[in-house]
Amino acid sequence: MDNFYKDNPDLAFQFGHPLMHHIVGLKEADVADALENYDLVLEIVGDISANTIAPSAEEADHEGPALHNGRVSYARATAENHRILTQAGLYGMALPHEYNGLNFPMVPYVMAAEIVARADAGFSNIWGLQDCAETIREFGSEELKQEFLPRISRGATCSMDLTEPDAGSDLQAVMLKATWDESTGFWLLNGVKRFITNGDAQIQLILARSEEGSADGRGLSYFVHDQAWGGVRVRRIENKLGIKSSPTCELTFSNAPAKLIGERKLGLIKYTMSLMNGARLGVGAQSVGISEAAYREALKFAQERKQFGKPVLYFPAVAEMLDTIKAKLQASRALLYETARFTDMYKLTHLKQYQRLIDCYTPLLKFMAGEYANQNAYDGLQVHGGSGFMKDYPIERLFRDARITTIYEGTSQLQVVAAVKGVINGIFLSQIKEYQNNPVQSEYEPLKQLLLQMTDEYEQTLSLMQGIESDCLDFHARRLVEMAGHIIMGYLLLIDAQRDESFAYSAEFYIFNAQSQNRERACFIHSCLTTKPNFTKSKPLSLT
Amino acid sequence: MFLKIVVLAKQVPDTRNVGKDAMKEDGTVNRAALPAIFNPDDMNALEQALRLKDQYPNVTVELLTMGPDRAAEIIREGLFRGADGGVLLSDRKFAGADTLATSYALAQAIRKMQPDMVLAGRQAIDGDTAQVGPQVAAKLNWPQVTYAQEIMGFKDDHIIIKRRLEQGVELVSSPLPLVITVHGSAAPCRPRHAQRLIKYKKAMVLPWSVGDVGGDEGKYGLTGSPTRVKKIENIVFQVKETKRLSASEEEITDLFRELIHQHTIG
Repeated sequence: MDNFYKDNPDLAFQFGHPLMHHIVGLKEADVADALENYDLVLEIVGDISANTIAPSAEEADHEGPALHNGRVSYARATAENHRILTQAGLYGMALPHEYNGLNFPMVPYVMAAEIVARADAGFSNIWGLQDCAETIREFGSEELKQEFLPRISRGATCSMDLTEPDAGSDLQAVMLKATWDESTGFWLLNGVKRFITNGDAQIQLILARSEEGSADGRGLSYFVHDQAWGGVRVRRIENKLGIKSSPTCELTFSNAPAKLIGERKLGLIKYTMSLMNGARLGVGAQSVGISEAAYREALKFAQERKQFGKPVLYFPAVAEMLDTIKAKLQASRALLYETARFTDMYKLTHLKQYQRLIDCYTPLLKFMAGEYANQNAYDGLQVHGGSGFMKDYPIERLFRDARITTIYEGTSQLQVVAAVKGVINGIFLSQIKEYQNNPVQSEYEPLKQLLLQMTDEYEQTLSLMQGIESDCLDFHARRLVEMAGHIIMGYLLLIDAQRDESFAYSAEFYIFNAQSQNRERACFIHSCLTTKPNFTKSKPLSLT
Repeated sequence: MFLKIVVLAKQVPDTRNVGKDAMKEDGTVNRAALPAIFNPDDMNALEQALRLKDQYPNVTVELLTMGPDRAAEIIREGLFRGADGGVLLSDRKFAGADTLATSYALAQAIRKMQPDMVLAGRQAIDGDTAQVGPQVAAKLNWPQVTYAQEIMGFKDDHIIIKRRLEQGVELVSSPLPLVITVHGSAAPCRPRHAQRLIKYKKAMVLPWSVGDVGGDEGKYGLTGSPTRVKKIENIVFQVKETKRLSASEEEITDLFRELIHQHTIG
């Protein structure tokens, strides 16, 4: 029997990380027993993903969800996937036992998300929205927790309703109106939400304006709505490029009853920001899952397809594409689990140092893993040649599914805005120095030297930025974040290679590529700052 | 309604992965060379039992298996998927049983377990006899329904069963107690449940011995098995000609006679 957990030793490898023992020790009394449980449960996830979800991903992509009388029905395969994962008790994975959850740390939970996304990235949204539970658990009253969390563990579907027609990246502009209704004891919601993933969910978390007359983020509060209370209808299901098995909905709220989560006015500035970190970690996992699938599809095709009398795998140009995909895949996976470990450490210790790390690692992950998933799907399709352009192979779906990962839960451009804080406040650099302290075996010393050179170059580039205007910094933000990201992922692969030499090749290939890419960015920044100090862009050149 | 269901399940060598060393020189199965799995049809039977448990209150589902100590995995597998418990018949005196001795042992255990209904897979993939379920029914003197595809539920005190036959399906109704054998075309078994897996991964299964189930010691194991394997040979089936038959009793009987005569079956 195929198994998407067992067939990928890079996953269980993550449980051997030194910090993992510490994380599990903070959560469970018997560490070895808990680690065995993660392994056993991930085996179920791997089994269902390989034998139920993946084989029907194409069918679900073609059929898609349907809308009848304001209600969504999933594609047959999507409904079946949800039913089976519910039967397997794979909802509420990260919830504490008291809410009937599995009490898993983020690392194995994120791993399950990666595995499900490898099978069907569209469906992984429906499964992954169980993450909404985390916001209720963290900020909701005990009464709300008792009301909703055990249901999520039993497979109640969730959505988070943030975006509106005029409030996409700019959530401060949210207009959905929440009015307190003394007679029913509920808040009543009125207005429209758009682009809502799994919008016809049983439990919905909603960002709405509770403070009449306010115009910014401080007038927004966070609510929970139960589908059974009525008042929310699906007006349309979007016709999308990818992740077609997951319904993306436009919703109308007509006096829809809702309950307040936490305190008024903290909806955006506190709760949504926390929710977003979880969701971005989820997109990171989804991106890695897509990269994994793209790599396997490309490798399989390149082994089977013969041209000029041999499998195309043996042509250097094709081999390089495959190695590039693998290096980016393993680099983004290393960053994914590093971020997941920091998230676990923050949740378990509430130490500021981990808060600071996750606040810049999470957007870095979402940005880099999403971009890599797209590049990997692109290269993976290229390996297929003309066959990749046809609908006959799964790679075309992966190519379409990957596209959303750099857009939703904050575009890559917005991730850069968040991640650049780690450049400015020195978090990335100090973490890089931490990585430097890891001893490496002598044969890896040359690679470490390359990373040290890259770090010098990064520091020199940063020193050029001293005293420049902030919009000039914004202009270079992406380049700086990428430079930091390349060094971080280079180190993570190098450190992984110390524990398992199978990572050596990716570490080497990734670091070679990263070094040349960092040099390109450093060169651009240097040229800009030395020839046109404070050069920036406020509009396209053709409009100046 | 209180309903106790016993599901007969067998740990079998995984015949999907048969290699060169699958059979021993003496023509018996080399169990050591093949991974042991939960017999597929028995999984279908377990699912039917669990569906009744989902559907009605106070239904308990227990497994019954016979085999060496490691067959305790079958009971645990059932627990992981939703069963309430199970019994493992494990005793050297049970060993070497053919279908007659097996059904005798199972029937003895069932008498002790006192279920209202027994479910079993239609057949096991190692022996392919499809005899054990019916033989158990005969020994218990209970009615039996074979080839069940779906247990539809209760109508008053009768249970309605859809049977999968070659020419279509048939709905039958039966009072309890009852033995049902379930066909491989029935719904696949639900997955392991994460929490149950964690809870029962180390569940101990205390085996029952011949002494626990009583009965006539001479009817157990090799002593109670009249079947002897005379010879095993590989048969390569080749399609040379086709023949069309009507579904009449006569023509089918003729076909059987012909096949027996040609030693294709029998």
